[in-house]
Amino acid sequence: MTELIIASIMTMMTAATPLVFAATGELVAEKSGVLNLGVEGMMLIGAVFGFAAVTLTGEPLLGLAVGILTGMLASMIFAVLTLSLLSNQVATGLALTIFGTGLSALVGLDYVGKTIEQIRAIYIPVLTDLPIVGRLLFGHDPLVYVGILILGLTHWFLKHTRWGMILRAVGDSDQSAHAIGYPVIAIRYAAVAFGGAMAGLGGAYLSLVYTPLWAEHMTAGRGWIALALVVFASWRPTRVLLGAVLFGGITILQLNAQAAGLGIPASFMSMLPYIATIVVLVLISRDATRIRLNAPACLGRPFRAER
Amino acid sequence: MKKLMKLTAIALASALALSAGTASADKLKVGFIYLGPPGDHGWTYAHDQGRLMLEKELGDHVQTTYVENVPEGPDSERAIAKLAETGHELIFTTSFGYMEPTLKVAKRFPNVKFEHATGYKDSDNVSTYVARFYEGRYVQGVIAGKVSKTNTIGYIASFPIPEVVRGINAFLLGAHSVNPDIKVKVVWVYTWFDPPKEADAAKVLMDQGADIITQHTDSTAALQAAAERGLHAFGQASDMIQFGPKTQLTANVNNWGPYYVARAKAVLDGTWSTSNTWDGMAEGMVVMAPFTNMSADVAALATKTAESIRSGDLHPFTGPIRNQAGEVVVAAGAVADDGMLAGMNFYVEGVDDKLPE
Repeated sequence: MTELIIASIMTMMTAATPLVFAATGELVAEKSGVLNLGVEGMMLIGAVFGFAAVTLTGEPLLGLAVGILTGMLASMIFAVLTLSLLSNQVATGLALTIFGTGLSALVGLDYVGKTIEQIRAIYIPVLTDLPIVGRLLFGHDPLVYVGILILGLTHWFLKHTRWGMILRAVGDSDQSAHAIGYPVIAIRYAAVAFGGAMAGLGGAYLSLVYTPLWAEHMTAGRGWIALALVVFASWRPTRVLLGAVLFGGITILQLNAQAAGLGIPASFMSMLPYIATIVVLVLISRDATRIRLNAPACLGRPFRAER
Repeated sequence: MKKLMKLTAIALASALALSAGTASADKLKVGFIYLGPPGDHGWTYAHDQGRLMLEKELGDHVQTTYVENVPEGPDSERAIAKLAETGHELIFTTSFGYMEPTLKVAKRFPNVKFEHATGYKDSDNVSTYVARFYEGRYVQGVIAGKVSKTNTIGYIASFPIPEVVRGINAFLLGAHSVNPDIKVKVVWVYTWFDPPKEADAAKVLMDQGADIITQHTDSTAALQAAAERGLHAFGQASDMIQFGPKTQLTANVNNWGPYYVARAKAVLDGTWSTSNTWDGMAEGMVVMAPFTNMSADVAALATKTAESIRSGDLHPFTGPIRNQAGEVVVAAGAVADDGMLAGMNFYVEGVDDKLPE
């Protein structure tokens, strides 16, 4: 039984990791006041280019780097359109997702059915062999740790650094930040780039570690889950991890319940994360001040300098 | 949003269909509707191998076109109609969910011949064809019964339709014929092709003690997940040995080519008529990939089992067979008739799952 619980938690962590990456990136972008609905598209772009890079060179690290870079490039298209040309963020984000889906399918044509060497779980002698906690703490693939590290750093950056506060100020009141003299547009560019990089990394995680293959539209909605996750976490990095484990874990739990023959309808379990999101939204909406504290006030609003 | 993405998928798919080239007037144009990409190395790949064989055998007389990634259900109707509108006279729709759309389009194009894979409804210009995959599943069950150390097999199932249920039952009967302690754990993923989800299901099943994974989904992800843990798996629809050289025990290989050639010939000769084909190992529509990663004894047993099925000495559904309630559904010594097999909507005794309704 303990073995089953450990194994399930391990599987849940890998299911949560792509969500941690994508949601952390989106959280930073949203904190700066930009709503980028193109997460799914950026993930797909990162997944396909990362996979292509590994197929061509055999270097997993290069694949991850390419995933990050191409995700970032995709987000820059979005940034130019929405920040410099002031197009509508919602429409542009949706367009980015559709573009990413199509582009990744096109680029991926040659890579369907190819196979690569997977990035394996780490193994530290003695530590990994410890009973129970050994594998839970020291037995994941390296990127699980990277995801938690990035999440921690993001929390620290937003909360405890000067630039983090400036980024939040830009998201909460762009005009005031501008009046004080901060470069609102430049900061938003940087935040969107970070969001793109993380989405790309999340996508590359799927195609390089999670299932070492490329398949068209393989993210299967994880980008949208990441978006829901940011709201679920009420824009707090620490809650992203909790949400990611919950969102990723529910799929695993659902399959586990089936395999154990518990007879809970699969579709019911699949609904749960979304119901949870709605419940959280309702709860935090009840208290107007809490929303104001957490949600970036300028989210989704284009910024035009008044003076 | 889903809708939007589906629409783009269809737009892409139709663009592909149209780009397939211009027809020369005297060649028979044969169209294929695929559920996944031909590169899935599973179900669609096997159909595409059949298409390639058709081109090779009758290349001077036929010209083929395929539309890939066509979602099942009402959306597929347009893709099928598009092929019919563009002069295709023989159209293969290669997944269960295309059944109603195929019949609908067939009504509008009475001069076009349609062939629907794995369905059970036909009409004047719609034939059905399917392979007796359950024969291969039985052989897999025999192998699993001998190879498993944990006596637990993980079965990734797609949708609760007779085709899939029949496979699970045949697998279990095969396994129990050599090892009555075998347990089959079933997980329904409600998709034919979603690699991360298929991998999740495989991982969960292995977490729960399965040391052999078998699947009724189309990608190689589950086999690769088993490979990562050093366990065993069966390939599905095509030989997946390259994705798990030390993992694959064997695979059901769907060999559609000869059927596609025969049907195209029939159209060319003017002898095509509605038929319901259900061929198995004997006719060569189901072929087993080489028996690998098992002892010589087990391989010999598997070969013998396959041979007996091929010669007709052994029918996988030979009584006594009980359902989960313990009622005898096939009497001792009798075999299940095709009617029962085609509509199979119950588990046989011993399946560790409740059939979704």
